[in-house]
Amino acid sequence: MDTNLIWIFVSALLINNFTLTYFLGLCPFLGVSSRLETAFRLGLANIFVMLITAICSYALNTWVLPFAPYLRLISFIIVIASSVQFVEIALKKFSPELFKALGIFLPLITTNCAILGLALFSTNKGYGFVEGIVYALGAGGGVTLALVLLAGIREETRLTNVPKLIEGTAFNLIVAGIISMAFMGFAGLFSA
Amino acid sequence: MIEETNNPTSADEFLKGIWRENPVFVAVLGMCPALAVTNSAINSLAMGLATTFVLVSSSVLVSLFRKVIPKQVRITAYIIIIATFVTAIDFLLAAFFPVIHKELGAFIALIVVNCLILGRQEAFASKNKVGLAVADALGMSVGFTFALLCIGIIREILGNGSLFNISLFGPNFEPWVIMILPPGGFFALGFLLLFFNWYTEWRKKKNETRDA
Repeated sequence: MDTNLIWIFVSALLINNFTLTYFLGLCPFLGVSSRLETAFRLGLANIFVMLITAICSYALNTWVLPFAPYLRLISFIIVIASSVQFVEIALKKFSPELFKALGIFLPLITTNCAILGLALFSTNKGYGFVEGIVYALGAGGGVTLALVLLAGIREETRLTNVPKLIEGTAFNLIVAGIISMAFMGFAGLFSA
Repeated sequence: MIEETNNPTSADEFLKGIWRENPVFVAVLGMCPALAVTNSAINSLAMGLATTFVLVSSSVLVSLFRKVIPKQVRITAYIIIIATFVTAIDFLLAAFFPVIHKELGAFIALIVVNCLILGRQEAFASKNKVGLAVADALGMSVGFTFALLCIGIIREILGNGSLFNISLFGPNFEPWVIMILPPGGFFALGFLLLFFNWYTEWRKKKNETRDA
């Protein structure tokens, strides 16, 4: 059981990294990765929203969706969006520091593909409550890792002479491709 | 980015999505599906058509209801409309094309969060008549499908040596397996964007020398 949880975590973090192998959450990955600090905070916000998502999707899967499977997409989106909104309000009241650090990113990533992807994938895999939470932690960690790596490389290249034609998205995509290639090496980590 | 002309016709709205404001190459929207399912030409085409269905139908509905939907809850309303159509296409594909549905997997459901679709509702369909909205949605969808096909064709030819599952080079071809794996998606789109930048720059230079 315990090794199973570790396997879920490592698999979501490294081997099936959400950003680098499923291409989920690419918009913030390319948009907000110009500074290391911002990227890290966005990553944290991602982990936070993913945890809420895991809880919501577990609740929906247990109590609502067995009776109305066609509502899956609509209910996921609406419930996740409104719970994040709710937690945001609570956070503002009880922990202003945390709110300041994550605040502006929360509405941005609520309807991000990585969030909905997490809910769908963990439903498809039939994860229970604990497994879902661990999966969310791994996936969020993976997204953070990818963001921080790309932001780090982009900060380094700011001082170098990048040809004008390739500057911007094309450059970021090719760098992301190389990072993704490196991550493929993790596939040999477990042979299960 | 949108050039304001006095009387944009449906044809203009249709054509701009294909090239001048191509959603993938110029606006860089809808990246997740553009990279995740384009490992073969057939998957790209299926994804493009599914997105077309969702984008056109939800544009019609949003445009019809544009005076009824209150401003404050418009995004929620759009999302519900989009999610409804995505659920429909999800079940349709599962019923009629189970093989493709299995290949695309959760990415059909993820059309809901394709920023291209929500973006068009907010930027265009909610402000224009049904005819124009359909033209715009069709143009954007054709542009999106075209971009997906470009990426899919490049990746399938290089990564598998085939096109639409028909082998091109015979058995002696050593496929670049990396191209159909995730990194290949990043590389293919990266180089296509590079090509697009170069082409735009080249056109601009040509026009300048002609004008001078």
